[in-house]
Amino acid sequence: MTDAAFALSLRGVTKQFGSTVALDGAQFDVRAGTLHALLGENGAGKTTLMRLAFGMLRPDAGTIEAGGTARHWRSSADAIAAGIGMVHQHFLLVPAMTVAENVSLGDRGLFRGFDPRVAADRVRRIGAETGLVLDPAARVADLPVGAQQRLEIIKALARDAKILILDEPTAVLSSAESQELYSWLRSFVTRGCTAVLITHKVREALAIADDVTVLRRGRAVLSGRPRELAESAVIAAMIGSAATDEVQLPAAGSTAGVSVISLQHVSMTDGRGVHRLRDVSMEVCAGEIVGIAGVEGSGQHELLRVLAGRLAPDGGGVRLPARIGFVPEDRLRDALIPTMTLVENLALKEAGSARGSVRWTSYEARALGTIRKHDVHTSGVCSLASALSGGNQQKFVLGRELEGSPDALVVENPTRGLDIRATSLVLAELRSARASGVAVAMYSSDLDEVLSIADRMIVCFDGRATDTPVEADAVARALLGLS
Amino acid sequence: MTFLVRLARSQAGASVAATLLALAAVTLVVIAGGYDIGHAATALWNGSVGSPYSFFTGTLLRATPLIIVGLAVAVAFQAGVLNIGAEGQLLAGAATAVAAGLSMAAWPGWISVPVELVAGMAAGAAWAGIAAVLKRRFGVLEVISTLMLNFIALFGVSYLVRGPLQEPTHIYPQTASLAASARLPVIIPGQRLHLGFVAAVVLAIVAWWFIRSTAGGFRIRVVGAGAAAAASAGRVNVDRVVFGAFLASGALAGLGGAVQVTGVTYALFEGISPGYGYTAIAVALLARLNPLAVIVAGIFFGGLEAGGAGMQRDAGVPSGFVSVIEALVVLGVLAVDRARILAGERGQPTTGEQAA
Repeated sequence: MTDAAFALSLRGVTKQFGSTVALDGAQFDVRAGTLHALLGENGAGKTTLMRLAFGMLRPDAGTIEAGGTARHWRSSADAIAAGIGMVHQHFLLVPAMTVAENVSLGDRGLFRGFDPRVAADRVRRIGAETGLVLDPAARVADLPVGAQQRLEIIKALARDAKILILDEPTAVLSSAESQELYSWLRSFVTRGCTAVLITHKVREALAIADDVTVLRRGRAVLSGRPRELAESAVIAAMIGSAATDEVQLPAAGSTAGVSVISLQHVSMTDGRGVHRLRDVSMEVCAGEIVGIAGVEGSGQHELLRVLAGRLAPDGGGVRLPARIGFVPEDRLRDALIPTMTLVENLALKEAGSARGSVRWTSYEARALGTIRKHDVHTSGVCSLASALSGGNQQKFVLGRELEGSPDALVVENPTRGLDIRATSLVLAELRSARASGVAVAMYSSDLDEVLSIADRMIVCFDGRATDTPVEADAVARALLGLS
Repeated sequence: MTFLVRLARSQAGASVAATLLALAAVTLVVIAGGYDIGHAATALWNGSVGSPYSFFTGTLLRATPLIIVGLAVAVAFQAGVLNIGAEGQLLAGAATAVAAGLSMAAWPGWISVPVELVAGMAAGAAWAGIAAVLKRRFGVLEVISTLMLNFIALFGVSYLVRGPLQEPTHIYPQTASLAASARLPVIIPGQRLHLGFVAAVVLAIVAWWFIRSTAGGFRIRVVGAGAAAAASAGRVNVDRVVFGAFLASGALAGLGGAVQVTGVTYALFEGISPGYGYTAIAVALLARLNPLAVIVAGIFFGGLEAGGAGMQRDAGVPSGFVSVIEALVVLGVLAVDRARILAGERGQPTTGEQAA
């Protein structure tokens, strides 16, 4: 097969943001006239890869080819001119404007007048040709989400897109709308065009795509035709549990102590009325690490916050200890205040409960103790949190949350964005917390990681939490709801 | 210029650098306008600090409301609340303080003056409270609601001085004057500087201590600097802190209005505030929201306004140039801040980061 048969081809692309490696020599080939699903967990690098293809970002290394020609996009305008369109996860529409006006936005020419009738005709023509029908005069704010997405696609088609990239298009759609989108994409590729679908929904991807590529930690780890791939193999590639025999069983004699956190029939509904947690009962005991796994959006985000006492469920019983440490996934948003010093960030821990005057000298001593004990590399306790590297920020957060011997510790993707050395240090901290009797609950989107450290596993699927053996195959099945 | 760059690297230096740049720019414009810059500068100097009268009755008298209202803005901004309605809250405070004072003409000063000031604070807090409730209940942006409330307050004052609060002869659009006992005492014989200036300085020190050393002040800062982290890591009730800071800010602005009517004008009329509530935003930004620095910035702007009046009177240079300086100072501070953020993003270590 020659390169010309690929509509889009990214070879050895690497992209780094600060100290975080988003893509690490990824390879991605899309055959012309196919629907290609790009799978991967949150943070695997899917969106970054497609932003490179669309010219929104430039690769640090590697090549991009479109239509058999090497490309050096200066901006997405170049990619659009070459016939690539992208539908972003968060729509880029002007809600107060009409459908026709939104389609015309971005037309070239400063002094070319905007003619509403021409614009409306264009929307109708695209509708007639492609079956994506929308009222050109409708205001975008009045359209349902599915129609807004159709508009995003129309926008791309209006610029003659032959390659369409859709970032998590079904995340906001009902299942009927999803089916509609999929059958339209099928007809789109039948006309000789090409579509790339970024998703983390394994089953849907395998059902509708011609090819799938799995991205994990910035590398393409699996690629092939759906009928040649087992669902469990794809899941394993996504979250990394290829080697079943490497799985460590719980250390002999690890005896869990008394129950520290207990949830009884907990349920929760989000603002849009979607059930996030359904009848979840679980316990976390002193001196154990409970591993939590779940494909994105299975309810683990909410479950962790309920366990950490950061979110009150709608129903059910919750018993929590007085002191719970929480290490959230997005540390620069939810754990640290980047513009404040380490002393202030340590004091932040008690900001909600403190009364009277703040004893800064005591916090300074405690911050100093934390950076010494947890080996945080910094110029001093008065440096800003933003001045630390990601690994040191995480060590500081962990140290802060473990300070004052908490009864329980809840951690979410604690090694996200860290290099290997920092990762092993963080995992060692969790083990030593367990040894000192802390009840630990840990979620990681990397299955290898949780399996290597957990004493017990709980898998989230569709808002339910199921006890699962600490074993890759069983967990992979439970992740799909197959147990 | 390298001197300015070096100066801008420090916190206070950024404000000083911005001020020097603004003064330099306006100097050029004044020269280009054909005015005698030496004459103008002398008049500015004489009008602001050249004599005891111009310093106490010019500069410090004008600085008093700027400091108090500047604190109001600083407290709100620290909490991330963009209260730009200090002008309206000031007017609400002024009107209420006058109403209270007029009804207590027969009372001794040690009762009536505190009651006037407290009434002003309550009215300012209530006026800010409208926007605070709208924000908390419906998510209305306070930038818009507080700005709109300024206009309502302005027309409210117009109504009051022609209606319910108009002086007994019903000729002038203003209230009757407060009784001598209901006024803030003058602190230097022969000058008009009143006790309100001392109160402003004390208040700034208290606010500085509160923000720096108390749990409540720390909550305000963490909510302003990182609301998500404050809620998650600190378990701070963000809504409540924002609401409280909003009301406190309104109370301070209302106090500024009450001090102005009880210390300077002794009556309510339409032009009672030449935009103190807006200049106070510049004061707070120049002070980088530090209450102690608000004293300095308030006196600086008070001096500019007093000197600007002198400049127009003695040198014929429009006092509007002073407003240009104020605006340029704010733009300068924001530009320097932005430049520093950009420099930080490019990886220039500000605190000697150690890679790990």
